[in-house]
Amino acid sequence: MTNNQPIIDIRNLSVHAGETKLLNNISVKIPRETITVIMGPSGCGKTTLLRSMNRLTDLNGLKVKGQIHFGGQEILSLRGYHVSAMRQRMGLLSQRPYPLPLSIFENIAYAVRLKGISRKTEVRSQVEHYLKLACLWDEVKDRLNQSPSTLSIGQQQRLCLARGLAVDPEVILADEPTSALDPISTQAIEQSFMQLKSDYTIILVSHILRQARRIADHVIFMYMGEMIESGDSQTLFSNPENEMTKKYLEGVFY
Amino acid sequence: MKHKYFEEFVMKTLMISATLIIAIALGSILYGIVVRGIPYLNWSMISSLPKGGYYFGKEGGILNAIIGSLYLALGATFLALILSVPVALYMNVFLQRNSKAVSFFRFFLDVLWGIPSIVYGAFGFTIMVALGIRTSLLGGIVVVGIFVAPIMIRAMDEVLQRVPNGIREAAYSMGCTKTETAFRFFLRKAAPGIVTAILLSFGRAIGDAAVVLLTTGYTDYIPTSLDQQVATLPLAIFFQLSSPVEEVQGRAYASALILTIIILFISISARIIGRVYKKTI
Repeated sequence: MTNNQPIIDIRNLSVHAGETKLLNNISVKIPRETITVIMGPSGCGKTTLLRSMNRLTDLNGLKVKGQIHFGGQEILSLRGYHVSAMRQRMGLLSQRPYPLPLSIFENIAYAVRLKGISRKTEVRSQVEHYLKLACLWDEVKDRLNQSPSTLSIGQQQRLCLARGLAVDPEVILADEPTSALDPISTQAIEQSFMQLKSDYTIILVSHILRQARRIADHVIFMYMGEMIESGDSQTLFSNPENEMTKKYLEGVFY
Repeated sequence: MKHKYFEEFVMKTLMISATLIIAIALGSILYGIVVRGIPYLNWSMISSLPKGGYYFGKEGGILNAIIGSLYLALGATFLALILSVPVALYMNVFLQRNSKAVSFFRFFLDVLWGIPSIVYGAFGFTIMVALGIRTSLLGGIVVVGIFVAPIMIRAMDEVLQRVPNGIREAAYSMGCTKTETAFRFFLRKAAPGIVTAILLSFGRAIGDAAVVLLTTGYTDYIPTSLDQQVATLPLAIFFQLSSPVEEVQGRAYASALILTIIILFISISARIIGRVYKKTI
């Protein structure tokens, strides 16, 4: 690791929807070039925490208080196109794949061009590179001009991963990206994550405990909008400090 | 248990009867127009201008009204399109989904939709008088355009609402601005529905009689510039139908048949274009 500074530093983050409190005073640091898994029972605020990191919370009109420092820059106070520029540095992989209404090739090429690359040969080679990175190239190389709707859900999810990577983000935010996928696609995504973590910081929301155990370097455990515990995955899984975390890991509640 | 089967039977019967009533109404209108119009429909009817004494049963056709209606509807649809795309995109991309502002816009547009076209006509006419503009093709295009815009906006709004939020989030997460998201992805994703919205509005524009009655005037010639008066099919039907001559009344039905065929053609092409378009996305 070249830089020991955390890439994302969340300080006293609270999120409200009207009168309802979704997140209560969360402070946590996310280390660079690791896989951080946010886990906890459904409705505990995992997704809200993830979405506040690239300000998708703006879309739902949620009230966000506190500070989020991303690479040394406070992002909650950003305005206008600075928000778009910040989001470009954080790719999103949502629960279900949402390919853009363009061909398979154009889905990636559009992202490549967003970086300012426009030479045709360069765009082509980058599209190939990112499709390979997401373990999808071999399956789609003969049908690049088709619509993504001809792909299976698992393939579409890998297409979305390739698209997310193609804008060259520093962080990948993944919101239960395998919950709609079959075991083989799930494995492909997890494998990609393991390879990618040497260059990217991956933050993954998951309600699958086994998945967290398989791939996490760092774990954040949440319950009812509070952060209960966070830390190194080995320590947290083998020796949780908090009683609640212990119960969750034992499968007392989901 | 018995009770719910009875309910099923009653509801089904009601639905079938309602569907039949609509189908019969449409069928009998079409039947009436076809039966009364066909004997008077001939080539000169759709290929020539009205000659002297046409409205007393002499020779000629309603080419002036056919071309006039097409000019007017094309112009009005184009004007409405220019107004509608930005409004519909603003409501669905730039404003927050389901926010109060958007609900207010929708309510407002629905009210506009419900205003009878004669009110638009009267309103347009008053403004034209105040500005000293004479009845003309341009006047008709502007007022009909404003009349169909709410219809077009709401039709586009309905399809844009159905674009999944995930597309927006995906686009934003790549660093796309709202403008890029709106024009590159929302318009594309909703393209089949937008084509339908445009053609639906065209159908309304070409079929409306009340606005043109007050704003376009009427002429036996095809206009060569925007400031000339223009004839339209609905008014051609109206004038011919009020004639005491049987021959001319028959021609009114033939004109109605022509208008119906144009609208039918547009509705069918809307469906086909929508379907073909869907496959490419």
